[in-house]
Amino acid sequence: MAARENGAESGPRGPYDVLVIGGGNAALCAAISASRDGARVLVLEAAPRFYRGGNTRHTRNMRCAHDTATEILTGPYTEDEFFDDLLRVTGGQTDEELARHMIHESKDMLNWIVEQGVRFQPSLGGTLSLGRTNSFFLGGGRSMLNELYRTAEGLGVEVAYDSEVVALDIDDGTFRAATVRRGDALVRIEARALVAAAGGFEANIDWLKEGWGEVAENFLIRGTPYNRGTVLKMLMAAGVETIGDPTQCHAVAIDARAPKFDGGIITRLDCVVFGIVVNNRCERFYDEGEDIWPKRYAIWGRLVAAQPDQIAYIIFDARSLELFMPSLFPPISGASIAELAGKLGLDAEKLTATVEGFNAAVQPGTFDDKTLDDCRTVGLSPPKTHWARRIETAPFYAYPVRPGITFTYLATRIDREARMRMADGRPARNMFAAGEIMAGNVLGRGYAAGIGMTIGSVFGRIAGREAASNARQ
Amino acid sequence: MLANERIHATDTLAEADRLMTVCNSCRYCEGLCAVFPAMEMRRSFADGDLNYLANLCHGCGACYHDCQFSPPHEFDVNVPRTLAVARADSYRAFAWPRAFAPLFDRNGLAVSLIAALGVAGFILAFAAWHDRDVLFGTHLDAGAFYALMPHNAMALLFGGVFLYAMVAVGMGLRAFWNDIGEPAATLVAPKPLWQAINDAGRLRYLDGGGVGCMNESDKPDDNRRFYHHCTFYGFMLCFAATCVATLYHYLLGREAPYPIYDLPVLLGTAGGVGLLIGPAGLLAAKLRRERILVDEARLGMDVAFLVMLFLTSLTGLTLLAFRESAAMGLLLAVHLGVVFALFFTMPYGKFVHGLYRFAALVRYAREMARHGDDAAA
Repeated sequence: MAARENGAESGPRGPYDVLVIGGGNAALCAAISASRDGARVLVLEAAPRFYRGGNTRHTRNMRCAHDTATEILTGPYTEDEFFDDLLRVTGGQTDEELARHMIHESKDMLNWIVEQGVRFQPSLGGTLSLGRTNSFFLGGGRSMLNELYRTAEGLGVEVAYDSEVVALDIDDGTFRAATVRRGDALVRIEARALVAAAGGFEANIDWLKEGWGEVAENFLIRGTPYNRGTVLKMLMAAGVETIGDPTQCHAVAIDARAPKFDGGIITRLDCVVFGIVVNNRCERFYDEGEDIWPKRYAIWGRLVAAQPDQIAYIIFDARSLELFMPSLFPPISGASIAELAGKLGLDAEKLTATVEGFNAAVQPGTFDDKTLDDCRTVGLSPPKTHWARRIETAPFYAYPVRPGITFTYLATRIDREARMRMADGRPARNMFAAGEIMAGNVLGRGYAAGIGMTIGSVFGRIAGREAASNARQ
Repeated sequence: MLANERIHATDTLAEADRLMTVCNSCRYCEGLCAVFPAMEMRRSFADGDLNYLANLCHGCGACYHDCQFSPPHEFDVNVPRTLAVARADSYRAFAWPRAFAPLFDRNGLAVSLIAALGVAGFILAFAAWHDRDVLFGTHLDAGAFYALMPHNAMALLFGGVFLYAMVAVGMGLRAFWNDIGEPAATLVAPKPLWQAINDAGRLRYLDGGGVGCMNESDKPDDNRRFYHHCTFYGFMLCFAATCVATLYHYLLGREAPYPIYDLPVLLGTAGGVGLLIGPAGLLAAKLRRERILVDEARLGMDVAFLVMLFLTSLTGLTLLAFRESAAMGLLLAVHLGVVFALFFTMPYGKFVHGLYRFAALVRYAREMARHGDDAAA
C-alpha cells in the first residue's frame, strides 16, 4: 500500500498536462481544479507522506469575504471590509488589483472548498474573535489536507511523495520539464504546464541570513522543515520576476523553548497583553496593549527579532495566569520578581526596577480583556495603552519568547491568472504560481489571521484552471 | 519536552496528561467529539479528570489522523491509543470486589476458562441429575426446558448471578464516579441523563466528527457504529425477551418454550440476529484496525466480550432451531453455560465500558450545560 502510494514501484511517467510542485493547500487546489478541467495532473511532494502538505498541516482557518452570516460565520464580512483589513495590516504594501481580485474570488471559495470535501465548524474556544471573518476547518489543517488528497486521488490526480525537484528546464519563459530526486535516482518529468506551489524559504536558515544577517540563527521555524525555497530560487534563476522584501515574513513571538522546526500552534503565547515584555536588558520596548491580540500578534516576531540576542520575556502575575489560552510549556514562576529574574538569567535589580516603574505608571481603570479598556500607563515610555494592571500578586510568571517564522513573502510576480511574469516584463508562457511562493504579491508585510490559506486556495484554484487551459492550447 | 510536573498513579495517566496539555494548546480537534470540549474546560488534569476523558473517548480515531503532531512527529501525540489504555486501566482499577481485579489482566483467557467451566458445569449437572432418557429425550410441551432444570432453580441461579453482576458493576461505577469527582446528584438529574441517553443511544461521538470513524487508515470507512447498534440493540432485545418471558411465567402462568410467533421468541430472535451480525462486524473491524491505535495488551478483553455475545446468540438460536430434537438437552446446557459465564464475567470485562462511558456522557452533558450558563452570564 505504502509503496504504491509513494509511487516507488513504478513512479510517475510523463508527459503530464499539468505538473504541480508542492503538496499543500495551494498545490492541491490547483491539482483538483486542473483535474476537474480535464487535465492529467501529477503532484510532486518533497516530503514523506506523513509530512505532506507543507504548512497547511499547521493551519486552522481561512478568511473569506461573505455578505451574510452563515451556519458557521456569525456575521457578514464584505469585500471592502476585507480589503480595508488587508490595507491596514500591510500598511498599503499590497497589489490592489490582485488583492481585490483575490478577495472577490474568496467569496465563492467557501462553497468550492466544501465541494472538494473540506468541512468547516463554528469557531469555538479561544478563537471567538475570529468567528465573523474566518472559517475554521473541522479537525484543523491536516484534516483539510486529508480531504483534499482524497478528492484529488479520486479524480485521478497522481501524487508522488519523497519527490524533491532539483532542477527545472525552463527556456525563455516556457516550462519544459522538472528533474526529480526519487531515492537515489534522478527522473525527468515533462509537462505542458507548471504550477509552482512549493512554499516559501522559511526553513532555509542560510537564505534567511542573507536578508537578516546572523540574527536568523536565533529564529525558530514554526512549520515544515521542507520549505527551503529551492523551487523559488530555480525560478528566479530562470528569469522569473520577483516581488517583495526578502526579510518580510509572517513572524510571531513564540515560546523560546519550542523545537527549531515544526512546533506549530502549540508554542504560541497569547499573554503579551496581560503583562509587560522586556528584553534581556530588562527594558520594555513596545506598547503591549496597543490593540486586541488577534490584531497585533503578528508584529511581535519582528519586534523580538530586533532585540539583543533575539529573545524577550513576557512578565505577568498570578491574576493573569488563566486569562489566556494554555500553551505547551508551563510558565517559569517565582515568589518575587527577583527570584523570577534569577530563574530567567536576568539582572534581578534591573527587572525589579522595570516592574516597579511600570507599576507606578499604571492608572486606575476598569479591566476588561474583551474591549480596548481604560487601564493604561501615564508617563512611561513606551506606554502601555490598554489592559495595564500592576504586576504585584505573587507568584510571578514569565515566558521566554523568540521570533517564530511562519512563512516568507519574497514571491514570484504573478498576474490575475496566477501566471508568472518574467523579469523582462513578459508573461511566462505556461508557468503559474500559488500559495506562499506568491503570497508577497498580496502581502507586502504584516499578516491577518487565515489569509495565507485564502491566498493558497484562491490562487491555487485559479492556477490549476489556467494551467489546464494552457495545456490544451 | 518539559512535562507538567504533576504526580500520576500510572505512566499512562502521566502520558495522558502530557497529551491533554498538548491538545489544550492546540484545540484543532474540538469539533470532532466530546473529549476535546471537555478538556477545554480544564487547565490541568488530575487522575480523575483523565479517567473521565478516557471514558468519554469512543475511539473513533479521527483525532489521530487529523493531528499534525502524531507519530513520527517528535511530539508523538496518539490520543486514541493512550486513552484506550487509560480506559482499560480504569476498568481494572474500579473492579469490585478488588480481589477480582486480576481477571482483567489476562481477560481473554479468564473469560474463556469461565465460559468453558460454565458449559461443562451445566452439562455435568444435567447428566448427574437426570438419566439419559431425560437428557437426550425429546420434549415438546410447554415447560419442556424445566424437565431438565426446574424453573425455580433456573430463576434462582440466573437471577442470582445477574444480581451479583449488577451489584459488582454498580460498585465499580460508584468508584468511577467518586474518582472523577462528580456529585451523586448529577446521575439522577433529568436533563443530563436524557442528553446522555440520546448521545449514547445514537453513538453520537463514534462518527469521526461526521464522516465516520477511521479504522484501517485515514480514510473514513468504518461501520463500527452500525455494528455497535446491532450489538447493543440486539442485546437489549434479548434482554426484553427474557423480561417478557419472566412476566409470562409469573403473571400469566405460561411456561417456555413459547411458540415461534410469540413475543419472547420474536424479540429473542431479532435480538439474536443483531447479536450475531454486530459482534462479528465489530470483531472484524477490531482485527483490521491500525495497530498504532490499538491497546494491544487488552485485545483479548475486547475479543472475549465480542465472542461471548456472539456465542450467547449462536447457542440461543441453535437451541431455538433444534429445540424439538433430542439435542435439546445438550444445547440448553451449552446455552445456559454461556449465558451464565456472560453474566458472571460482565463486571470483569469489556461490558463495563458501556456503563463508564454512559456515566462520562452524563457528566459531560452536565458540564456543557453549566458551561453554557456561565458563558451566557
